[in-house]
Amino acid sequence: MTTIASGAPLLQVDALNVAYGKIEAVTGVNLKVGEGQIVTVIGPNGAGKTTLLSAIMGLLPATGAIGFAGAALNGTPIKDRIGQGLALVPETRALFSSMSVENNLELGAFRFHHRPARERQATMAEMYTLFPRLKERRTQRASTLSGGERQMLALARALMGKPRLLMLDEPSLGLAPLIVREVFRIISALRDSGVSILLVEQNARAALKVADYAYVLELGRVAAEGPAAELATDPRVIAAYLGMNSKHQERLAQ
Amino acid sequence: MNAQIALLLGQDGVINGAIYALLALSILLVFSVTRVLLIPLGEFVSFAALTMAAMQAGKPALLGFLLVALSLAGLVMDLIDATRGGARRLRIGMLAMPAYVGVVTALSLALPLKDLGMALQALMTIALVLPLGPLLYRVLFQPIAGASALVLLIVAIAAHVALVSVGLLIFGPEGARTEPFSDSVFMLGEAVIQSQTLWVIGLSLLLIVLLYLFFERNLYGKALRATAVDRLGAQLMGISPELAGKVSFGLAAFISGLSGVLIAPITTIYFDSGFVISLKGFVGAIIGGLASYPVAALGAVALGLVEAFSTFYASSYKEVIVFTLLLPVLLWRSLAQKGVEDEK
Repeated sequence: MTTIASGAPLLQVDALNVAYGKIEAVTGVNLKVGEGQIVTVIGPNGAGKTTLLSAIMGLLPATGAIGFAGAALNGTPIKDRIGQGLALVPETRALFSSMSVENNLELGAFRFHHRPARERQATMAEMYTLFPRLKERRTQRASTLSGGERQMLALARALMGKPRLLMLDEPSLGLAPLIVREVFRIISALRDSGVSILLVEQNARAALKVADYAYVLELGRVAAEGPAAELATDPRVIAAYLGMNSKHQERLAQ
Repeated sequence: MNAQIALLLGQDGVINGAIYALLALSILLVFSVTRVLLIPLGEFVSFAALTMAAMQAGKPALLGFLLVALSLAGLVMDLIDATRGGARRLRIGMLAMPAYVGVVTALSLALPLKDLGMALQALMTIALVLPLGPLLYRVLFQPIAGASALVLLIVAIAAHVALVSVGLLIFGPEGARTEPFSDSVFMLGEAVIQSQTLWVIGLSLLLIVLLYLFFERNLYGKALRATAVDRLGAQLMGISPELAGKVSFGLAAFISGLSGVLIAPITTIYFDSGFVISLKGFVGAIIGGLASYPVAALGAVALGLVEAFSTFYASSYKEVIVFTLLLPVLLWRSLAQKGVEDEK
């Protein structure tokens, strides 16, 4: 695992097991995310990708070691993990649908609730420059947004909490091709601004294009790993996830 | 019936309706945040009324002992949770509730409450009833927060039965009524308006406005709403479900404590009177579809008016008429509903 080039690992997961009752969904997963890296986890449906993110966030009980920024996370409640700078945008987005865009954003900064309100306002202004569409829609209810706008809102809401590690579960799911490209553009822009990202994607080609390092998850185990550029040319990965002629996915990633 | 009687009944109806509306709002709030149908809400009302009456009769207010018992149980549960999660989860905050309960109980036993005047008595009563909410949540509902709505309902019913028994133990079987806030009466043309009516309506409106501001303007209020809208989303923002549960139960206890103080001079309250009162709040909440606050409040006021007028026309059928009112509402709602929502 010396292949991680930039910096000490921010997130280090060792021998992680997650079980739903007797059925093991994730078995013995080791994973690292370095500071300022995009790491992607790809794999087919049911491989345990979402389960993995939920366990790291503390939504599901897990055995094994989860270290974040040098501290062990095992057994800490979700609230404390968020306080340390973890954030998760789940596949469902989990927006506050009957509340306004602005309220959604404000609640994204709830972990700073003891700080003065003008700091939240300042972060919100940054989000509005990053996502001008949200500013236009700021008084609308979240339920009235389009799919792409919802994903933008979910991203912006997570960023309001100024996370050190942003975990994204299928951010391109159900979005039109042009929007997918926009989402990936934002993800790499976020990395450039210093946020580390753990990205779970079915759109493997686009994910490998944007990521620094990648893991392939199959049936709850890490089947392959390596720098994203290498995995993208690995014949097995091409055969299983990329396909020979699926150039359209690559076009989306540009 | 002449206009004067109609006006008198109208006043009665609006007073009761305002109190039902407050209860309907608490039920909605607690249900949407925690999925618990708070059946013991009525006990908060009757406990508040009976505590206030006990103070005015010069009897000791014994509600404090229940609080002490519950807060000790809560503290023990906190400690057990903390040892499971490692020593670093021991927090000084765990002692806040037992400390508050200790101070309030000591004050309620030591102060000469009978001579302190109505305002201080009411304040003390609400201070005693308020912690019942968070304590009940901590001891009964927090450990099973993830259980199905049916389990939560069964526990709520059990809590109601247990609290009624505790009520009998603390307050005895006699009913009680408190002195009105003021005896003065206004004449509005032909009509007689009691100042008690104005008190109830004024305080209810004030509380509704304050609640509105809390939920629309305040970050913590918004966080409670967010928990009601999307529990997962709220958790991911760092809004702890335990805190949201305790705050919503606390608000419900505060509102129903105030309702108890308001209703005590109007009706004779027994240890088990709370249930029927809160049941009418439920009807209001159901008219609002357990979702809409304004509709629930309006429904509850309408319910109060129907109740008052049916007392005049067919007093022995009062409750029958009031609860039969629910049937067309349920029928209409089930016809208007497009599909059955799956429970998560």
